[in-house]
Amino acid sequence: MMVPRELAEHDQPEPTPAFVEMLGISKRFSGVQALRNVSFTIRSAEIHCLAGENGCGKSTLIKILAGVYAPDEGTIILNQQAHSHLSPAASQRAGVQIIYQDLSLFPNLSVAENILFRRHLAMPSRLVRRAEIVKQAREVMARLGVNLPVEEVVGRLPIATRQLVAICRVLAAEARLVVMDEPTASLTHHEIDALLETVRGLKAHRIATVFVSHKLEEVMRIAERVTVLRDGSKVGTYPASEINRYRLTELMTGQKFETSLKPAFSSKTPPILEVRGLTRRGHYEEVDFLLRPGEILGIIGRLGSGRTELALSLFGMNPPDAGEVLIGGKPARLPTNRAAIRHGIGYVSEDRLSLGLVMPQSIADNIVISVLKKLTGVLGLIDGGRRRKSVNHWIDELHVKTRAPDRPVQELSGGNQQRVVLAKWLATDPRILILDSPTVGVDVGAKVGIYQIIDALAARGIAIIFITDEVEEVLHQTNRILVMLSRRITATLDPGKVTERELREAISA
Amino acid sequence: MRNFVRFLFRRHDVQIGLIVVIMAACFSTISSGFLTPGNLMDMLESYSVMAIMAAGLLVVLISGGIDISFAAIAAVSQFLVAIILVRFGGNWFVAFSLAGLFGALLGVVNALLIYYLGAISVIVTISTMTFYFSILMFVTQGKSIYNLPNWFTSDISVLAIPFPVVVAAIALLLTLFLVSRLTIGRQIYGLGGNPEAAKRMGCNIVGLQCFVYGYSGFMAAVAGIVQAHRVEEVVPYALIGRELDVLAAVVLGGASLSGGVGTVSGTVLGIVLLAVLQNGLTLLGVSSYSFGVVTGIVILVSVSATAYAAKRQRKRSIRDAI
Ligand SMILES: Nc1ncnc2c1ncn2[C@@H]1O[C@H](COP(=O)(O)OP(=O)(O)OP(=O)(O)O)[C@@H](O)[C@H]1O
Ligand SMILES: [Mg+2]
Repeated sequence: MMVPRELAEHDQPEPTPAFVEMLGISKRFSGVQALRNVSFTIRSAEIHCLAGENGCGKSTLIKILAGVYAPDEGTIILNQQAHSHLSPAASQRAGVQIIYQDLSLFPNLSVAENILFRRHLAMPSRLVRRAEIVKQAREVMARLGVNLPVEEVVGRLPIATRQLVAICRVLAAEARLVVMDEPTASLTHHEIDALLETVRGLKAHRIATVFVSHKLEEVMRIAERVTVLRDGSKVGTYPASEINRYRLTELMTGQKFETSLKPAFSSKTPPILEVRGLTRRGHYEEVDFLLRPGEILGIIGRLGSGRTELALSLFGMNPPDAGEVLIGGKPARLPTNRAAIRHGIGYVSEDRLSLGLVMPQSIADNIVISVLKKLTGVLGLIDGGRRRKSVNHWIDELHVKTRAPDRPVQELSGGNQQRVVLAKWLATDPRILILDSPTVGVDVGAKVGIYQIIDALAARGIAIIFITDEVEEVLHQTNRILVMLSRRITATLDPGKVTERELREAISA
Repeated sequence: MRNFVRFLFRRHDVQIGLIVVIMAACFSTISSGFLTPGNLMDMLESYSVMAIMAAGLLVVLISGGIDISFAAIAAVSQFLVAIILVRFGGNWFVAFSLAGLFGALLGVVNALLIYYLGAISVIVTISTMTFYFSILMFVTQGKSIYNLPNWFTSDISVLAIPFPVVVAAIALLLTLFLVSRLTIGRQIYGLGGNPEAAKRMGCNIVGLQCFVYGYSGFMAAVAGIVQAHRVEEVVPYALIGRELDVLAAVVLGGASLSGGVGTVSGTVLGIVLLAVLQNGLTLLGVSSYSFGVVTGIVILVSVSATAYAAKRQRKRSIRDAI
């Protein structure tokens, strides 16, 4: 369908011309209305943030722009031509480049080939020029100020590095609009700074950016305009100057939140977990701490500080070289994660995709996977009724947004997947729960939801280790803070007696 | 230096190569007939049909699919070409072109069924295998064609290398060029590694699949011609049952059934390994019924070693990721 572009001309006057206009877009997935009559305009060379809670339809809107999904209704006006839907090729030809939430890299190809894969598409039967590909990949990396192993196969790289590869890939294309779906979820502060700098650099080259992020701090730092979606509908588009974090939170959730410090934790109950001189060379050294039932212990540290290695050791997946762990006052050996689970330890991983979930399996199966024994009835068969009850209970409790529990987990939006991981561990009824960055990639509303769940669990007497790199979060959500820096615990702080600034300095020293 | 050695030993093709060398050494000490030029050339010749088919199958495996129907495609094309040659005459060029055309067409039918039905490739190609083969048996009533033209059946060699070996070498080199030097080859790796990403990048998925299955059908048909030339007759059921041997050789050579992984050098080694093993056992006078047992064990060991290495690799990368 090709009609001239007069259609949208009566919109309010625009200071810079629109690069793309999406008008009245609706999209329904078997049973879920993901988008309802959403209009979204991106001007040339602007930095536009797309905000909204988990599952509000951000990724879906982006995939429609990318030509991955066709909308049920609506028009997309790109380069003055109206389309009822786009194809991936047409979208890319027009200069739209996407960094997907799941990165969409080729794990079996080298970094350089991933960055310049598009060259393979230029003309099907042409020769591959390896030397040229490597050279151009190096140039792109230099523009972003990173140095990645160009010849290494992407599947062997850690997640954060893969994310950089995906960013390099869009920089290598002749883009006029770059869409980044949560590009910073697993980057370090230094890398985020470099990325935000790159986004400003793109603007200087007259390239527009759409930025999806749950870190409102970042959004406010670079956005010129912000579009907010709620539950598949558009709330509005606002100039960034008219908006602040609190207002944005309100727009996204439709309700107000206030945060306050937790009351000091005091308990005479004997510690459930005691760690003495725990060391694994090269990972972390000489870690000591106590944890009492009902206490929320924060461990704050940056990527590479040793925080995750320590957590994995407590969960039996990274055996320490020295030191001891006492659980309920008795020395415990944790050679495997099964042993840890037997001792009542649960672990919610940071990287939900590779450690936490079986993606093609149903939500229900994922939730009950570690408690199947408890659900067996006569003859050792699974008791369907109890299984259903348990699943529904957790879906309600954690507000997992889904049509039916028997849908595969991979259909859920990123943040809802995180909740399923949490539900899976809560179902095991743990005594000690280790949460490794449980709110990465989760929107503010859902964050508050997760905090409330954590509080409720603590109130029930579960001891919680809360690992994070967000200063604000650790200040408001924990009873006691351990600071981890360069593989050691460098300070134990009381959230009531330390300021955000002091804490920020302590973790970067 | 030590790291380099370790790196070498971790490579799948180096491991397979070592096994081949060790096995060859054992057989040649036990049986003096093994390491003779005559025996080696015989071995190359008798495994060349398998190598041509493997070249086609490798490409399908890299793309993340599987083709079970190629032996049936080879049989059908072989039969059609034989009829045409017997009735109208022809030459080698006509024989290969026609066979290639039939094979590629039948392969494309597989691709279109897989793409438009959205069915998995095993199921589709098992069905087409049964279908193609049954039609062939119905039409021929199981009867063979013996009166092939003289030029077709007489032995040819190039620089003392038998014709089938020459064709196999060309097929493997062509495939090597395709997967490592042509952009479409790299797209096929991409498709196998992450199909969703390939789609999002704008790869022409149906086009790639037609190419891949067409290529497999093409190679199978070429192999069918070479086989008919070697045995000097066309027997409708001669090639049936070969598909699993070929699949085994390609997988032995390091290609992954989940796609995205596989090399021509590995495939060659996989075939050589099977060839040395079966030939050595024959020379030792082991009954040919036990071939299957030994081949099965070798494949099982090799495939589990690969799977185990992949599992360790995954664990390591999770550790690195933290
Ligand atoms: N392929 C699909 N099949 C069925 N439902 C889907 C599919 N993709 C998305 N959905 C549903 O559509 C809704 C919007 O999902 P979407 O991924 O766009 O959310 P999002 O705003 O990107 O969330 P997040 O911040 O968690 O990534 C969700 O309810 C989701 O479950
Ligand atoms: Mg999303």
